[in-house]
Amino acid sequence: MRLILRRLVHLAVVLFLVTLFVALLTAMLPGDPVDAIAGFASEEQREALREELGLDDPVPVQYVRWMGDFVTGDLGGYYTVTGERPVMDRVRDSLPVSLQLMVYAQVLALAVAIPAGVLTAYRAGSRGDRIANATAFGMLAIPNFALALVLAYYVGVELGWLPVSGYVRPSEDLVEHLRRMAMPAISLAVGQIAVYMRLLRSDMIATLQEDFITMAKAKGVSPRRVLWRHALRPSSLTLLTVAGLNVGTLIGGAVVVEVIFSLPGIGLLLYEAIVSRQYVALQSLVAIIAVGYVLINFLVDVLYAVLDPRIRHARA
Amino acid sequence: MPAPDGGLDLEPAATLAPGGAPAATREPVDAATGAATPTGGRWSRQGRLGWFGVLAIAWLAFVTLAAVLAPVLPLDDPNENVAAIVNQGPGTDGHLLGGDALGRDLLSRMVWGGRASLLLGVASVSLGMVVGGLLGLVAGYHRGRVDTVVAGAFDVLLSFPQLILAVTLVTVFASGQGVSSTRRMVVLILALGLVSVPVLGRIARANALAWSQREFVTAARAVGARDRSIMFGEVLPNVLPAMFSIALLGIAVVIVVEGGLSLLGVGVQLPTPSWGNVLAEGRSELRQAPHIVMVPTVVIFLTVLSLNYLGDVVRARFDVRESAL
Repeated sequence: MRLILRRLVHLAVVLFLVTLFVALLTAMLPGDPVDAIAGFASEEQREALREELGLDDPVPVQYVRWMGDFVTGDLGGYYTVTGERPVMDRVRDSLPVSLQLMVYAQVLALAVAIPAGVLTAYRAGSRGDRIANATAFGMLAIPNFALALVLAYYVGVELGWLPVSGYVRPSEDLVEHLRRMAMPAISLAVGQIAVYMRLLRSDMIATLQEDFITMAKAKGVSPRRVLWRHALRPSSLTLLTVAGLNVGTLIGGAVVVEVIFSLPGIGLLLYEAIVSRQYVALQSLVAIIAVGYVLINFLVDVLYAVLDPRIRHARA
Repeated sequence: MPAPDGGLDLEPAATLAPGGAPAATREPVDAATGAATPTGGRWSRQGRLGWFGVLAIAWLAFVTLAAVLAPVLPLDDPNENVAAIVNQGPGTDGHLLGGDALGRDLLSRMVWGGRASLLLGVASVSLGMVVGGLLGLVAGYHRGRVDTVVAGAFDVLLSFPQLILAVTLVTVFASGQGVSSTRRMVVLILALGLVSVPVLGRIARANALAWSQREFVTAARAVGARDRSIMFGEVLPNVLPAMFSIALLGIAVVIVVEGGLSLLGVGVQLPTPSWGNVLAEGRSELRQAPHIVMVPTVVIFLTVLSLNYLGDVVRARFDVRESAL
C-alpha cells in the first residue's frame, strides 16, 4: 500500500510537469504566438484569439485555464481562414484507430516472440538458436518506417496482396479491416519481437536451471509440459513489464507508421498539425499522447509490484 | 531498446554494474568469472570483435570518411538537377545509385546526407554524454539530496515519449516559414541531445554509484584527494566504457529517429540532404522509383547494425574486464 501511495505521488509530480510543459508550448513559440497560430487573421480576430488562449495572462493562470479545458474535453481548435473547427471531433475518431494498431502490433509481437523465446531457450546454443538470434539482431536494426515502406512496395505494390493505405472500421468489414491493419501492425511488431524474444530467452534459460525444473523433469513430466506449464510463467514477468513499458516506443513508431499507411489515427493528426502548423491542435495531441504514456507506465509499474512479491518487498 | 524502433529507450539491455552481470537483464551468470555464460550471452561472443566486428568497423569508417571528405570527392553536386536521371535506377551511366525524383544524383546525396545524419548523431549524443555524464557522475558520487534531484529529473524527462518530445521541440522552435537549415540543425541537435541526457545520465549515475564505493576510492580519499580529483581521476574512467557502449547505440537511435522526424516533416531541412529526408522524399515515388527509398534504407540498416554490434562488443568486453578486477 505504501508503495502504491509513493507511486501515486510520483505520478502526480510527473503529470504536473508534463502538462505544464505542454500547456506552455504556445507561449514558447518564437515571435508572436498569434502570428504562428493564425497568421492570416485580422486585427480583431487576433485580439479574440489572444483573449481566448489567454496569451497575455501570467503563467499559472495560463496553466490552470489550459488544464481546465483539457480535462473537460476542450482540445482547442483548428484555425483556418474559414473559421475554427474543434480538435476534439477529429480525436474522437482517431483514438480508436491508434489503439487498435498498437494492440495488434503488441499481440502479434508477443504471439511470435513467446514461442520463439521458449524454443530458443530450450535449445540454447543449437544451430536453430544461433540463427534465431542472428535474425533477431538484424530485426533490431531495421527502422519500423523503413520496413513499412519496403512492405508497402513489395507486398502492396509489386505483389498487390494488401492495400497500402486507408482504414476500414471493424464494424463495417472485419476482414478488410484486418487486411488494412496487417502491414502497419507487422512493421511495428518486428522490432518488438526481437526485444521480447531475447528477453524471454535469457529469463527462460535462468529458470530452466532452477531446482523445481530439475524436480519436474525427475518426476517424468514431459519436456513440453515443463517448458510451457512450469517454466514459462516464472520467466515471463520481465517480459510483461518490458512489453508494458514498450508502449512508449510503440507510440512513437505508430505515429510514423500511420503516416506511411495513411491510417487516420492520432499520429496522422499529429503529422497534419505539424505540416499545417496547427500549434493548438499539436499541443492537445501531444498532451493526449504524453498523459496516456505516463498513465500506462504507472499502471505497469503498480501491476508489476502487485504481481511479483519479490519486488513488492524489495522496494517497499 | 535498443531500438531502432523509433523510440529512445536505451536501457533494459544495458545497465552495467561493476563486478557482475548486467543489472537489468537477468542473464545466467557463471559464478566463477562473473561473466555472462555463452548460452545466455550477447550478440558478440565474449566481446570478441570477430569478422563481423571487423566488417562493422570497416563500414562505419567508410561511411564516416565519405561524409568527412564529401567536398573533395569527385561527386556530382547533391542539389544539381539532371533531367536524364530523373527516377533512374542504380547503374545509370555515371550515376552508381541512380537519381531521385528531381534528377539529383543519389550517391552524392547519400554521401552528403551522411554528413548531416552522422553530425546529428554524434553531436546530440556527445551533448547527452557531457551533460548527462556530468550530472550522473556528481549525483552518483555525492548521493543524498543532489542524487534525489538529479535522478528525479532524469525520471521526469524519461516519462515523456521521446520521439514525441523531439517532434514537439523541433516543431515549436524550428518549423515556421523560411527556417534556415542551420537553425533546424541546431534545434535538432539540442532536442535530441536533451532526449539522450537522461538515458546516458542514468547509466553514468548507476555506475558512479557503484564505483564510488570501491576500495580505491576510499583509499584516494584517505590520502586526502579532493572530491573533484577523485570523481574525474578515479570514478570517471571506470564509468566511461559503459557510457561509451550506450553512446554507440544512441548514435544509431538518433540516425533512425532523424528518419522518423523527416517523414513527419521535421527532420533535417531540405535542400540539405540527410539519410532520413532522402528516404522521406522517396516515399512519394515508391511506385515509380522504389530505389530512392531502398538506397537510404540499406545505408541506415547497415549503419545501425554496425553501431549496435560494436556497442555490444564494448559492453561485453568491459563486463569481462570488470569481473577480473
